Amino acid sequence: MAVKVYGPATAVCPQRVMVCLLEKGVEFDLVHVDLDSGEQKLPEFLLKQPFGQVPVVEDGDFRLYESRAIIRYYAAKYEDRGTKSTGLHTRRESSESGSKVTPTWSKLSRRKLEKVLDVYEKRLSRSKYLAGESFTLADLSHMPATRYLISEAGLGHLVKDRKKLNAWWEDISSRPSWKKMIDLAGF
Amino acid sequence: MALKLYGTAMSTCTSRVLTCFHEKSVDFELVPVDLFAGEHKQPPFLVKNPFGQIPALEDGDLTLFESRAITSYVAEKFKGTGYDLIRHENLNEAALVKVWMEVESHQYNPAIAPIVYQSLVAPLQGKSPDQSIIDASVEKLGKVLDVYEARLTGTRYLAGDFYSLADLHHLPYTYYLMKTPAASVVHERPHVKAWWEDISSRPAFKKVAEGMKFGGK
Repeated sequence: MAVKVYGPATAVCPQRVMVCLLEKGVEFDLVHVDLDSGEQKLPEFLLKQPFGQVPVVEDGDFRLYESRAIIRYYAAKYEDRGTKSTGLHTRRESSESGSKVTPTWSKLSRRKLEKVLDVYEKRLSRSKYLAGESFTLADLSHMPATRYLISEAGLGHLVKDRKKLNAWWEDISSRPSWKKMIDLAGF
Repeated sequence: MALKLYGTAMSTCTSRVLTCFHEKSVDFELVPVDLFAGEHKQPPFLVKNPFGQIPALEDGDLTLFESRAITSYVAEKFKGTGYDLIRHENLNEAALVKVWMEVESHQYNPAIAPIVYQSLVAPLQGKSPDQSIIDASVEKLGKVLDVYEARLTGTRYLAGDFYSLADLHHLPYTYYLMKTPAASVVHERPHVKAWWEDISSRPAFKKVAEGMKFGGK
């Protein structure tokens, strides 16, 4: 039975899970949740995710939420499958800083974001990917928000202006799993 | 060779790691970082953590930052000894620990941190607490704790009927919250209160709490 992923394909956090499942070759069904009408705050959904957020994953009887916990679960569960195990199991050095790069709008937030991206630029001058020389969950975790930053937020120049960051983005966004996710999301 | 932790005993995030060290009976050295002198924002420290925050860990050649990444590393590295904080032999239990670690990081922390900062830290920097921020955060935290109350009605701890890293991550900020009037959010919820009394009475945390001196004793 395929894993069920609840959430719209266009939202950042469900995308984080989708890319991971695609990397690992895990079959899943996407169950759409209508955020615009507040479906995620209705009682039936709160039974699945008490904070009223997407995504939620149902794997048989087992239910998980929080996208970063979900991807770590699948990376561990299918360590021997798909993208090679040492590649996907995060070294944790930079996986936590993903939450510093959420797209924001105000000038102050943008300045903050640029400072963070400067740190990433320095980091990527020392290694090809965030945690080292291999693609890991740390890089994967950043992908949906980075796409959003470049597309909907129109802040692509923040990435393009940073040589190493730009090279990193070109590299990871050319992965087959990412391209498939873009297809699924209809972008 | 002992692990080196750069930070300060009063700091919440440093305390998070110290508690983990004690639970695992790991040898460590706490190297003080002078926050008041801005040491954490200066070049020698920025090499360890380019975001200029404590704590940072050195384990031989490996340098880590982000307290929750450090605790996860320590719990994993020493998983065969001491208390099992991460349920490493049961994939599903391990996943639930990760779920509640994320909940602490993304739901709990943003609501509680401003209360602790305004009430206990801002005064040390010569600022007056902003009551409107405190009030808004207390309301937010109350809603989060309503979910915790429901959860803890069904299980003894957050990830299940076992103490884990997910519970531990809540200790430092909650300890400071309990020194403020906002402690009522915990007192008003019987299962959250019982959970708090349980986890804060663990010897590993009591040792660390002795050094957590914001707001007096």
